[in-house]
Amino acid sequence: MSNLLSVRNIVKTYAKHVALNNVSLEVPEKSIFGLLGPNGAGKTSLIRIINQITGPDQGQIFINGEPLKSEHTAIIGYLPEERGLYRKMKVGEQCIYLARLKGLKKKDAEVKLKAWFEKFEMGGWWNKKIEELSKGMQQKVQFIVTVLHEPKLLILDEPFSGFDPINANMIKNEILELRSKGATVIFSTHNMGSVEELCDNIALIHKSEKILDGSVRDIRKQFRTNEFTVGFRGNMIGFTNALWTGAELIDHRSEDKDTHFAKIKIRQQTNRNALLEALLPVAEIISFNEVIPSMNDIFIQSVQKTAGVTGTKSNYTE
Amino acid sequence: MGKIGIIIWREYSTRVRNKTFIIMSLLGPILVAGFITLMVWLPNSDKTEQKIMVVDETDAINISKLPDTKLVKFYYPKVSLEEAKKTFYKSDFTGILYIAAAAVEKDPRPIFYCKKSPSFSTENYIKTQLEKKFFEWRLASNSINPVVIHNSKVSIDLATTKIDDKGGEIETRNEYAGIFGFACAVLIFFFVTVYGMQVMRSVMEEKTNRIVEVIVSSVKPFQLMLGKIIGVACVGITQFIIWMILSTTLTTVSSSLFLSKVINDTETMEEQKEVVYKQGSNANFQEMQKPGTTVEAMEVIKTMISLDVKEILLAFFFYFLGGYLLYSALFAAIGSAVDAEADTQQFMLPIMLPLIAGYMMTIGIVQNPESNTAFWGSMIPFTSPIVMMARLPFGVPAWQIWLSLSLLVAGFLFTTWLAGKIYRTGILMYGKKISWKELGKWIMYKG
Repeated sequence: MSNLLSVRNIVKTYAKHVALNNVSLEVPEKSIFGLLGPNGAGKTSLIRIINQITGPDQGQIFINGEPLKSEHTAIIGYLPEERGLYRKMKVGEQCIYLARLKGLKKKDAEVKLKAWFEKFEMGGWWNKKIEELSKGMQQKVQFIVTVLHEPKLLILDEPFSGFDPINANMIKNEILELRSKGATVIFSTHNMGSVEELCDNIALIHKSEKILDGSVRDIRKQFRTNEFTVGFRGNMIGFTNALWTGAELIDHRSEDKDTHFAKIKIRQQTNRNALLEALLPVAEIISFNEVIPSMNDIFIQSVQKTAGVTGTKSNYTE
Repeated sequence: MGKIGIIIWREYSTRVRNKTFIIMSLLGPILVAGFITLMVWLPNSDKTEQKIMVVDETDAINISKLPDTKLVKFYYPKVSLEEAKKTFYKSDFTGILYIAAAAVEKDPRPIFYCKKSPSFSTENYIKTQLEKKFFEWRLASNSINPVVIHNSKVSIDLATTKIDDKGGEIETRNEYAGIFGFACAVLIFFFVTVYGMQVMRSVMEEKTNRIVEVIVSSVKPFQLMLGKIIGVACVGITQFIIWMILSTTLTTVSSSLFLSKVINDTETMEEQKEVVYKQGSNANFQEMQKPGTTVEAMEVIKTMISLDVKEILLAFFFYFLGGYLLYSALFAAIGSAVDAEADTQQFMLPIMLPLIAGYMMTIGIVQNPESNTAFWGSMIPFTSPIVMMARLPFGVPAWQIWLSLSLLVAGFLFTTWLAGKIYRTGILMYGKKISWKELGKWIMYKG
């Protein structure tokens, strides 16, 4: 798979504060890419550079192998974290205006817009002013504005913040549908659940530096701790004894007198099957699951780990 | 053009369709015309007859009575002030004019007692008539013949004529040219401020709406700013054109009612003058000039024609555009830097100062259009749109106009560049108290 977007060694400095320090990313085509990081890590700065709202001090960005240029804005759809529309302008007029700024012809924009309006059941909204719409309705309009020109690269900054669960779900489905139609999606979020659900790849930015990237599957494998939960019927003491040197008990809870769930950490050299064989005589095994760390755990773990290492004091004035 | 064109069109079309714009465009000329009519009409609108009782403790007026007019009549009952006051309220007199005996030695301080305040014209009439009477009376008491004084008075009408390098002569009328220039300067001041503020508000609206980030992901911030400035400029020009057309129409209508009468009057007067000259008698000439307003009206019209109106309109257009572009860029920069209108104050002052300074200079220019202040004021881009407009009707050498215009172009290129730098950073900066130092930093940012 070729990479739609390559970010190479980007450095961006604001006065005293380094917003991005030598950040590189590769975003494969037709994938969903999660840009993660705590508040103020530099995600929005990077997104703004990709959108050519600001320029980098150093480094280069390539789209489909071409250096970023102003024509590329036409193939990018951007939904900023802080978003809004002209309150006094009518919905239809406004959408067409914004689509034309993206390079769409007025007539094409109208045709596409009508299709979207039908899909989202917003037929009667065309001549309404934005300020007459509810917040949820405004969000739908905002999303349509972002995707109307069928961008190849869709950049969504915290797309679910401020959306109610119904709209958030709708957006989620649209993101998946757009990817299946060939769009590449970058989204920045704090919602780790949505990352696990949607993202193929991620990059984690912390204190202006990329500290982790790769496919979600690989990263979770990489953060595997060899922890398992074992559900069994039997005697807890017998179970613990059977573990012996092969694994250590980390935690357990009991459902009733003889139904237990134990969290165990299997030692590196231990064979899983051998361990199970040792357990079988003392307990009736109900379940045996590997505990794969959630993206949330990985996020917190990575950020805390690097806090001490790269934690040079950045002068936060912003 | 492309994207800028789309932005210009949005800025223009949403504004022109706005109710306030339509109302202002239609109402502006009507309001102005109405105001002028009111100014002319009001003082003459008081048609109630004034019956004034004169109580004179001197004999200044009793010698020769104050002349009556249609609306002001004087009566001289032989009563004291006390008596007059007692019966005054029930009588049909509208006022008592009291001249104390002390007026003989000191300044005469007549008092006018009344039930209702008299109109400005009535008051003025009484005042001028009294002045005249006292003047004559004092001359007489010093044995000077008032006629001698009268005939010695000379009224000078200085005809200012410029000679250009080809030896051609242009007659300029300082007074009227001054008024005309001043009006142009005020109009530019007004347009620049009003439309500059509109640009500022519009930038702030986009910023606080948070739509700006969506837009700058499609166009460069500079394009957005420029599109907005040009769009609003087009609105200003449209409004000006509507005002011109409407006022021309209004003037044509009113002139067919009013001006034709003035011109007729003037023509008959010119004829009468000639008759007087032929008779070789100058005695009545002064009286002939009494209806001076019609003469003045003619002079104004003559001045307007002698000034090259086309040239001044063209200059007005360019200076308006230049001045507007220069200032609106700065207004846009302010709008981008702040989060709320209340925060604009500290940045507005330094921008309004040169505008107001230019406006103040024009007052001096009417007195002396060739002074150093006038020259430098009309060269410095921050004041030149206002100052040069005030100077133009007095005749300005071509090289000065060209120099001033080129400096203005350089000026607005500079402010637009500067504003673009501030704007680019400002529109995406929220929740931060902005200082001048901070703005300076933004200018230095790269990319």
